[in-house]
Amino acid sequence: MSLSTVEATASQVPEEPAVKGIEGRTPLQLVVARLRTDRVAIASIVVIVLIVVLAIAAPLIAGITGHNAYNANVDNGTDANGQPFPPGTSGYLLGTDNLGRDILVRIAYGARISLVVGVLATAIATVIGVVVGLIAGYFGGWVDNILARIMDVVLSFPYVLFAIVLVSVFGSSLPLTILVIAFFSFAAIGRIVRGQALSQREKEYVEAANSLGAGNIRVMFVDILPNLIAPVIVLATLLIPTAIVFESTLSFLGLGVVPPTPSWGNMLSDAEGVGFQAWWFYIFPMLFLLMTTLAFNLLGDAVRDALDPRAERIFAARRKTKAT
Amino acid sequence: MIRFLVRRIAVGILTLWFIVTAVFALYFLAPHDPARTIAGRAATQADIARINQEYGFDQPVLVQYGKYLERLIPLPGHFDLGTSNTDHLPVTTIIAEAVPIDISLAAGSAVLWMLLGISVGVLAARRPRSLWDRGATVFVLAGISMPTFILGLLLLYALYYLLTIHGIAIFPKPGSWTPFTQNPLGWAHDLILPWVTLALITAATYSRLTRSSLLEILGEDYIRTARAKGLSERRVVYRHGLRSALTPIVTQFGIDLATVLGGAIITETVFGLPGLGLTVVQAIQLENLPVVIGIVLVASFFVVAANIVVDALYAVLDPRVRVS
Repeated sequence: MSLSTVEATASQVPEEPAVKGIEGRTPLQLVVARLRTDRVAIASIVVIVLIVVLAIAAPLIAGITGHNAYNANVDNGTDANGQPFPPGTSGYLLGTDNLGRDILVRIAYGARISLVVGVLATAIATVIGVVVGLIAGYFGGWVDNILARIMDVVLSFPYVLFAIVLVSVFGSSLPLTILVIAFFSFAAIGRIVRGQALSQREKEYVEAANSLGAGNIRVMFVDILPNLIAPVIVLATLLIPTAIVFESTLSFLGLGVVPPTPSWGNMLSDAEGVGFQAWWFYIFPMLFLLMTTLAFNLLGDAVRDALDPRAERIFAARRKTKAT
Repeated sequence: MIRFLVRRIAVGILTLWFIVTAVFALYFLAPHDPARTIAGRAATQADIARINQEYGFDQPVLVQYGKYLERLIPLPGHFDLGTSNTDHLPVTTIIAEAVPIDISLAAGSAVLWMLLGISVGVLAARRPRSLWDRGATVFVLAGISMPTFILGLLLLYALYYLLTIHGIAIFPKPGSWTPFTQNPLGWAHDLILPWVTLALITAATYSRLTRSSLLEILGEDYIRTARAKGLSERRVVYRHGLRSALTPIVTQFGIDLATVLGGAIITETVFGLPGLGLTVVQAIQLENLPVVIGIVLVASFFVVAANIVVDALYAVLDPRVRVS
């Protein structure tokens, strides 16, 4: 845009400032702007939002259809021969399972479990990982030695096996499932944060903060932490699908969410228990599970690209091709 | 080199000790009667008294802990994992029967996942941002998002069930297992679906690793030198590039191989293969705790040993590691 055209538009619209100065954009604005040009990211966000809506609306769906997610419903939910309804019959959109329960309602309640486990386990793991990693990296020395060793040990655990043992000793329950997943995930974040903190603490701004009299806690969480937030966000986004898969696996093995509470994992376990009786027992829980994990993984990749300053060229190229 | 190895082995022993202690704490200090738990559900008063004496539960905790560790000292005639409380077989016998299945499972699937993972990764790295690369990205994301049990169930449903009910019984029914020494062809035939399941899930990680590692190395100066002196592209990529790119892949491979050796819990459960994984799941369901502890220890040993071997290999492949 040449200067004369700017002046021309300025004279036409006098209430606007004459020349728009270069606006500073915060890193958050940059990331959001980049994500908005990323079609894959938008699609994943749409899928995630739809599944969240499904989870929130679970009681509503149960209310509208009048179908219960928990109790066997052989009288109404199966035909005269006791066979389950295929999808789309008698008001059962996704069909019924072998006990006559509405698969749609059970999937909606299962979405609640998956999302709660995915988000809560990740949140706990992230908080612990960040705190442990920061302490190890910032203090160094023997503190670092001990904490880094503990994280190495956790990372080299055969964790599925260990999770199974934990669950078998304490009995399966949702809070235990979440804690187990968090325990085996924190080290992944902790190790990255530690590495970053090790290099950040040598920077001048840390020295400056120290010389101004800032305490260790303040330096760690107010000065250093904001510089590490990008890798933490990416890892956390990628931990959510891992946690969801972990929960569904535990439930599939009969060690996670206890029936009759539906979770996508134990629905598949039920489906396997009755052999390959009907395809709709399998396909719908599988589809929802896959869609959810895929959406979070794609979003994680997109967020990583968007947070990476070196990725600017890619986004610039994308904008260019879009404009033409 | 010697010092490096000694340090890694010390860390390995520390990890094993940590796992042993964790298992001990879980099973022997958990808030329930350990003798009753070990004896199983159908235990008589005499059983419990015998177990109390055998394990020394009447003694102080530290004495019990010492005895527990002592039983695990790996000397001939000393090592003892206890006896199973369902069929009263020594746990070591049960493990020895299950391990060949895990070795078979690991051998076949490892070959498949290395071939598939590395070739997809090389293909993607040679033409970054091409259609091949995008295809590889989709493959990787699908593999990472796909829970193992879903892929296993899908393969079983499509290739075993659907084909069999249409009269094309090519694939064996779940639970089939032929020892290699009996009939090598039957062995491979029975294992093909579990192999493919494990390989497809695992290959994704290798493609991603190969791609990123090879892309980085193809940008190095010595690659330009190799091209400048007129080597064929094939020679540059495979002899000069892939060779250096293999280092992180070797690391990952060691740990994955050990994890499968210690029991591919989900694959074995879906396909009914009585390896360590299925054995431990069944033992957990029957509260057969000596077997559970034994398998956890063996599986942990595999993983810890693999970590040491991998670190040693790493030091051989990359001399820089030895210095630090």
